[in-house]
Amino acid sequence: MQAFAALLDALSYQPARNAKLRLIETYLRETPDPDRGWALAALTSGLDFPAAKPALLRGFGEDKIGAELFHLSYDYVGDLAETLSLIWETDPNAGPPPTLGEVVDTLQTATKMQTPAILKRWLDSLDATGRWALLKLLTGALRVGVSARLAKQAVANIGNQPVDAVEEIWHGLTPPYRPLFDWLLHDAPRPSSNAGGAFLPPMLANAIERAELDALDPAHFRAEWKWDGIRVQVASSGDVKRLYSRAGEDVSAAFPDIIEAIDFEGVFDGELLVRRDETVAPFNDLQQRLNRKVVTPKMLKDHPAHIRLYDVLWLEGEDLRALSFDQRRARLEAWNAEKPRARFDVSPLVVFTDWAHLAQLREQMTSDGIEGLMLKRGDSAYLAGRPKGPWFKWKRDPMLVDCVLMYAQRGHGKRSSFYSDFTFGCWREAAGKRELAPVGKAYFGFTDEELRWLDKWVRDHTTNRFGPVREVAPELVLEIAFDGIARSTRHKSGLAMRFPRINRIRTDKPAAEADTIDNLLRLLGTAGVENPAESAYVTAP
Amino acid sequence: MTDTLDPRSWLYPTPRGLYCKPGDFYIDPAVAVPRAVITHGHGDHARPGHRKALATPETLAIMRTRFEGMADTSQQPLKYGESVRIGEVDVELAPAGHILGSAQAVLAFKGQRIVVSGDFKRRPDPTCPPFEPIPCDVFITEATFALPVFHHPSDMGEIGKLLRSVATFPERTHLVGVYALGKCQRVIKLLRAAGWDKRIWLHGSLMALCKLYQEQGVDLGDIAHVGDAILETFRGAIVLCPPSALADRWSRRFADPVPAVCSGWMRVRARARQSGAELPLIISDHADWGELCQTLKDVGAPKVWVTHGREEALVHMARSLGIDAEALHLAGREEEGT
Repeated sequence: MQAFAALLDALSYQPARNAKLRLIETYLRETPDPDRGWALAALTSGLDFPAAKPALLRGFGEDKIGAELFHLSYDYVGDLAETLSLIWETDPNAGPPPTLGEVVDTLQTATKMQTPAILKRWLDSLDATGRWALLKLLTGALRVGVSARLAKQAVANIGNQPVDAVEEIWHGLTPPYRPLFDWLLHDAPRPSSNAGGAFLPPMLANAIERAELDALDPAHFRAEWKWDGIRVQVASSGDVKRLYSRAGEDVSAAFPDIIEAIDFEGVFDGELLVRRDETVAPFNDLQQRLNRKVVTPKMLKDHPAHIRLYDVLWLEGEDLRALSFDQRRARLEAWNAEKPRARFDVSPLVVFTDWAHLAQLREQMTSDGIEGLMLKRGDSAYLAGRPKGPWFKWKRDPMLVDCVLMYAQRGHGKRSSFYSDFTFGCWREAAGKRELAPVGKAYFGFTDEELRWLDKWVRDHTTNRFGPVREVAPELVLEIAFDGIARSTRHKSGLAMRFPRINRIRTDKPAAEADTIDNLLRLLGTAGVENPAESAYVTAP
Repeated sequence: MTDTLDPRSWLYPTPRGLYCKPGDFYIDPAVAVPRAVITHGHGDHARPGHRKALATPETLAIMRTRFEGMADTSQQPLKYGESVRIGEVDVELAPAGHILGSAQAVLAFKGQRIVVSGDFKRRPDPTCPPFEPIPCDVFITEATFALPVFHHPSDMGEIGKLLRSVATFPERTHLVGVYALGKCQRVIKLLRAAGWDKRIWLHGSLMALCKLYQEQGVDLGDIAHVGDAILETFRGAIVLCPPSALADRWSRRFADPVPAVCSGWMRVRARARQSGAELPLIISDHADWGELCQTLKDVGAPKVWVTHGREEALVHMARSLGIDAEALHLAGREEEGT
């Protein structure tokens, strides 16, 4: 437990991806089974305990030092689990601290009545960091900035395997993953990929610009719309029916409507969307359905999920990945024609004669529901990762707006001495006065040289400081590029930008001439987009 | 001892600082005054411009290093354990264990004894003699870390964390944020005790006080100014700098540095994150909660006045021990200190 606690502690302060990987790898190598397996499960959200309720922890704290001192302490620290871990004292007579395996085994068998006494004994035997980690584990939120994907990358690294080799077998494994470590570290055979319901690493595309297209032969390529949803994989075999994110996270629980509608065997690549009748709702609507533990009937009714299929990887027990795109496409369309389904449809191909024609189609497509075009070679096999050449994404030109820099915050890692996170705003009238309202935050889009320039500008124009944040004089105009905009109740301005980045620094433009909130409101799309399968310039092949 | 004498009648806070009337002097005043008694050299306690200043010889040396124009101040050194009469008050300085030269001011008037402890800690520090509990009628204590959440772990354990990080990231430079006076030299001594014999690099602003410590007989081993040494020199090295330099342009000369901060505040995660530390090290020159409570018991004063920090919790604790405790608000004390 102490080693796991030290790992969580270090991860929570470490912003850099590579350093996080190094920390996890070192832990996995040095920690014996089954503890490292349980740790891996904790990092990939594969552990589920009966939660320790806040009232229990508060009661522990008040018993320990009295209500008055406990409340003063909690007030100062601001986190219940952390406060309790800090005020509790280690009892040197409490015996050795529990191992992670012991914690997991005990909690899985202990009754609700037994838990408080067991927990107290553990708190006595651990140090402050150990107590913090234990309580974080029990309250169900590690929050150390590690995604499941990153943890899998680390475990792949210790066996010098590509992460996709781990992904392919991951969903057939259960904690504490002994066969996985035996394979990666001790030359045991690779655990078999449970073909049914396993996540298959997806094929990704490289970005391309108009000018680069001329080097390519349009006859070799097929085009399809890039829908503005979430790239997913549907996998079904026997009783196992799953929905995975592009990164291999199992998101089935949040989309019972999709899972229920699976009446087939196979693995499909597609885009998860919210669709009402024939209309694809804006991305913002889909966001409402993500990361929800409980999906209410109302949510299911008002935000119905839908999958628009791009590709088929397995069909009825047959691996199709080695086939060409055209062959897979033919299988996909035949399968779909056999039995059309309400929650699944096939993304249509966009027929075009040459690049100029395709560019024209792309220009004409102004809907919110589409991010751009995908170009796929007709002869391309389905390859894991992001191979160079077979697939391209040709995104829509971003929207541009001129904003005024308002606040800057220091970055992390290599950027820790630079003001590199920028909050910007647009003008609005409030109570007869013209004022700036923050509309978004961006931390990329600029070159290293521009970052140095921005950093110096921020330091030279600071008017106020709030901890790590500096307020600056409202004098610098930034041209912000973004992919979409939607209403949001979480932001002061009532607007949320998608993927905002700094496109240009407009030292030539006076701040007073930057855009207004009204200009931004005009960019808000209509409710959604008609299904382009029915529009004039898209036809089935 | 006179039971009738109200201690507040002869020692009380004023806008200029804590004033001792029968001696006509201030203790650690916030502004320049005709006569000052200085407990230690940190900036919120020692200030330049007093006409007369009484302090330990080490504290006076620190003040001469830090401030210009100390020649205009009449300096009266008083060694630990020696006594001097100022006006009607007997003044003695006792070790406070905080930093080199740090002292508690022990004031005796008409049979009543008040100890102004200044800043103090109770655990061993290789750069100064340990705190000495002095029985008294009134004990004035700091409250920087006066909450039960503050328990400083073993300092060698924290140094161990630093050395383990150096081993995990051997190609990176460990930049350790430390206060220039006291923390810097203590961390160097702790590193030496943990077996780190290599050169320890220092930010320019740490050089003068380290030199002074060396002159005062504190052996710091091989230390050198970062200066213009080339980047390669700092791979795997430990570099000490003031905490503000971690986010400063100065830090850009190092390739992919690991920012570490040594401070008692690092005990609380939100505070550690605010500091920008990737490696927070809980090393403090102030008493933690346990030390504060123990000290109240050790000095056995029936009255305790609590200054700068989280007074509320310590007053609550003292009262539960049957002590007549109250908060004493002093001008010029900043919260940040370690």
